Amino acid sequence: MVEFRFYSKLDLTILVGRRAKNSRQLLEGLRYVPESSIYFHTHKFLLQYHYITPVPPNDFAQWAITSLNDDVLGERLSSVDVVQYDSLAALKESIIRVVEEHVSENGSRRECPPGEEFHFMASQAFIIPTPIVVRTLEEFAAHLEHVSLNSLYHHMFDARLRLGRGENDFSAWFRGIGKEDLAEEVRKLDPYLHTLEGLRKRLEVLVRRHA
Amino acid sequence: MLRIEDYAPIVGQATIYELFRLARQLEGKAIQNINSTAVGGGVAEILSRMMPLLKQLGLNARWDVIKGNEKFYAVTKKFHNGLHGVPVEVSREEYDWFLEINRQNAEEFDFADIVFVHDPQPIALIEKRASIGRNWVWRCHIDSSQPNKAIWRFLERYITMYDAAVFSAPAFEARLPIRQVLISPSIDPLSDKNKDLPEDVVNATFERYGIDRSRPVVTQISRFDFLKDPLGVIKAYKMAKRSMDMQLVLAGGGATDDPEGPMIMEQVKAEADKDKDIFVLFLPPSSDLEINALQRGSTIVLQKSLREGFGLTVSEALWKGKPVIAGAVGGIPLQIRHQYSGILTHSIEGTAQWIKRLLSEPEFAAKLGSNGREHIRNNFLITRHIKDYLLLFLSLFYADDIVHFS
Repeated sequence: MVEFRFYSKLDLTILVGRRAKNSRQLLEGLRYVPESSIYFHTHKFLLQYHYITPVPPNDFAQWAITSLNDDVLGERLSSVDVVQYDSLAALKESIIRVVEEHVSENGSRRECPPGEEFHFMASQAFIIPTPIVVRTLEEFAAHLEHVSLNSLYHHMFDARLRLGRGENDFSAWFRGIGKEDLAEEVRKLDPYLHTLEGLRKRLEVLVRRHA
Repeated sequence: MLRIEDYAPIVGQATIYELFRLARQLEGKAIQNINSTAVGGGVAEILSRMMPLLKQLGLNARWDVIKGNEKFYAVTKKFHNGLHGVPVEVSREEYDWFLEINRQNAEEFDFADIVFVHDPQPIALIEKRASIGRNWVWRCHIDSSQPNKAIWRFLERYITMYDAAVFSAPAFEARLPIRQVLISPSIDPLSDKNKDLPEDVVNATFERYGIDRSRPVVTQISRFDFLKDPLGVIKAYKMAKRSMDMQLVLAGGGATDDPEGPMIMEQVKAEADKDKDIFVLFLPPSSDLEINALQRGSTIVLQKSLREGFGLTVSEALWKGKPVIAGAVGGIPLQIRHQYSGILTHSIEGTAQWIKRLLSEPEFAAKLGSNGREHIRNNFLITRHIKDYLLLFLSLFYADDIVHFS
């Protein structure tokens, strides 16, 4: 049977060297930065604040609300539903469109207080193998609780968008071992609505049901 | 001596495994930290705690200190203040002396494969790169968000010769043609300042100062200088106290470079004399256990800074599960997401309002505290700091956006 090795991903945070103090500069920055920066600002907090549910809004929305004091822009950016996008390019385009529309309707005179500028960041990702290898669904369910949150995050979030694999690694493996229904159930799971521990538990329940 | 495995119960065995796995990728690379002092100051403190752990991970890591004299350190003190944005004048002769001392040190050092230079004092060692090569990283531990232009221009010539520059907070980044990396400082959960304490030790500390733990205690631990706004803290406390019972503890060292420091200290003392519920504690540098106990025994911890380098006292308090109300400056917003893992404020009135709200809603306050502790566990402990350093060193050899190790 095809085995599944759990990997973990560790990020080095890169300062892109670009900042914004109003919505127009945010827009210019969004156009300039690489897709990895968009991924960083829409995902980093999921791991940083993995214990909170519902998760806080993405960094762009959070900044618009707390520093720019622009609740309308903040709400619009919060409602960009990341799970609906299959590629970072499409996600980036959508975020740019939200800010573009907001700037054209409302201008960009509102500025954040000095010291609260938005700083664009990105990450360099290092993927390392863990010693955990499973061959069956029973083994998968049994080992899932020992896997680090970094690892869980990597297979559920990074795989689909950051690595551009189109779907999470677990669904791909389930499909590969003939568990099509389980693969679909996990693929349809919206990971953005759970804490990482909640996601771990949900996965375990689903896998045990099919084991 | 602490062992890296001692951190496993706190951060999980998987995290320790990840550190060993990353370290393995650096096999055969010698790493050299260089700074200007072996004792005293935050850089020496973190290096002295980190070096044994790096070695236990199997790294060939060492730490060297440059040799300077009084005249050299007088110049580097000006650099330090200049990076903080203080107007300073440095003469041509002083710049030359600074470079001369760096060159003398460069001739004596045996440089490793990775040279990790901390702060401005040894920055010009990079001149040696022209003849020996190697991989060089400069780590700025100082708030350089609004540097004195002349000092920055001088340092920039050397910074740009490095492979990468590391800053502690996003606001400290600069426009540089080299890669810039964000690595926040960290706290050690097993140090005297942060380790778990028995309840009787906490009680004894409060009793010693006559603070009543059966009533709410609001505490700020910091130096008595203008930038930590102790007078603003007293005003916020007084506003909040109009409607609720509480005590205020202001504790910290008295040493400060702030010229207004003595005046502020006098005013703080005068305020305390008028109110028996204000406790002003001047603590000597060796008071880590007392600070730990004061943070643990408090109901709310404040850090109402007007400007901060990073503000690690926030991490210390959050690690103890305390609800923290802090100024949204420097590195504090990295440690607190407003209303999720603490409270960020911008004014005395806002601080007073949040003191009242948190005292009135202990469940919400407790949630902020427990969220805060998880945030620190994940992002501001020494193990995360070590992970970032390992990734930084690896990034010198792997340029891809995504690096796979098999």
